[in-house]
Amino acid sequence: MNKYYNGEVLSGFKDALPIAIGYIPIALAFGIISKANQISLWDCFLFSLFVFAGASQFMAVNLIAATVPAFQIILTTAVMNLRHFLMSASLADIIKSPRKKLIPLVAFGITDETFSVLATKNKELSFFYTLTVNTTAYFSWVLGSVAGYLLGSVLPEAIQSSMQIALYAMFIAILVPSMKKSKEVIFLALLSGGIHAFLNISHLIPEDWNLILSITLAALIGLMILPKEEGGVNP
Amino acid sequence: MKSYFFIILGMAVVTFIPRLLPFIFISKKEIHPTLKRFLNYIPYATLGALILPGVFNAIPNQPKAVWAGIVTAVFLSWWKGNIILSVLASVGISFLMIQYF
Repeated sequence: MNKYYNGEVLSGFKDALPIAIGYIPIALAFGIISKANQISLWDCFLFSLFVFAGASQFMAVNLIAATVPAFQIILTTAVMNLRHFLMSASLADIIKSPRKKLIPLVAFGITDETFSVLATKNKELSFFYTLTVNTTAYFSWVLGSVAGYLLGSVLPEAIQSSMQIALYAMFIAILVPSMKKSKEVIFLALLSGGIHAFLNISHLIPEDWNLILSITLAALIGLMILPKEEGGVNP
Repeated sequence: MKSYFFIILGMAVVTFIPRLLPFIFISKKEIHPTLKRFLNYIPYATLGALILPGVFNAIPNQPKAVWAGIVTAVFLSWWKGNIILSVLASVGISFLMIQYF
């Protein structure tokens, strides 16, 4: 029994390492930008501790600095993070349901990055594995934010810059092996990325909606075009 | 310094709700096959939209480092299929490009 838990925790930690590597430079930058915009260390800490959503935290600090009303900042956050609804829905089915009380614990840790790691394992995930992936990512995010605030640019600039490629490299490394196995994955990913690029360039709709609309549209078009047989994207 | 506790609290609530609700409402037994297929497509659609077009501006003003990083990640993940190796090598190559080219 104990051995089982250790194994799940260890493999969760290993799978979350690329996320932690990718989060650290961004979290440091969040701490630094918080300080630069006269946000207290305590609030910077609470942002990362309670919100745990990188893009909206940066947005919030920028809007606070521009004295945008709180209501509008919260509304923008709501729109930006609506996409997690799709991600949690996609995961709800593959995480072995723990006791009901523990579900919020898992749900809290769903980010673009944890989702990308979890959803592409193509197997049912144990509660402990999932929680370890999320918690590892979470700790690197919270600790990184505080470290950035307190220590400033601890990493030499060239290292800090080059680490910004890390999360993209992780997304690529998760996606490419699936693309190798399935033409449908190639179709969905390129379609979704293409729609996203188009929306970014065309400014057709308010920017906050671009990501969720791209994902939804691509999956819907996939429903209409791709063949129905079972396991098409999960060979 | 001003406290932004209420903004943080509001943001926490609106971020947590969409993360939580599907876990409560989606039960394994009663998923319609079409919905199931849609949900199976979400991870790959998400990855596509997370990578494109953002990756091209991953490191501002360093297009050479970015391209070197992308090529490294694609090549290594195709060839080795190892995520952590791809990430570390991609960061390493980008670093070398920034430092020396």
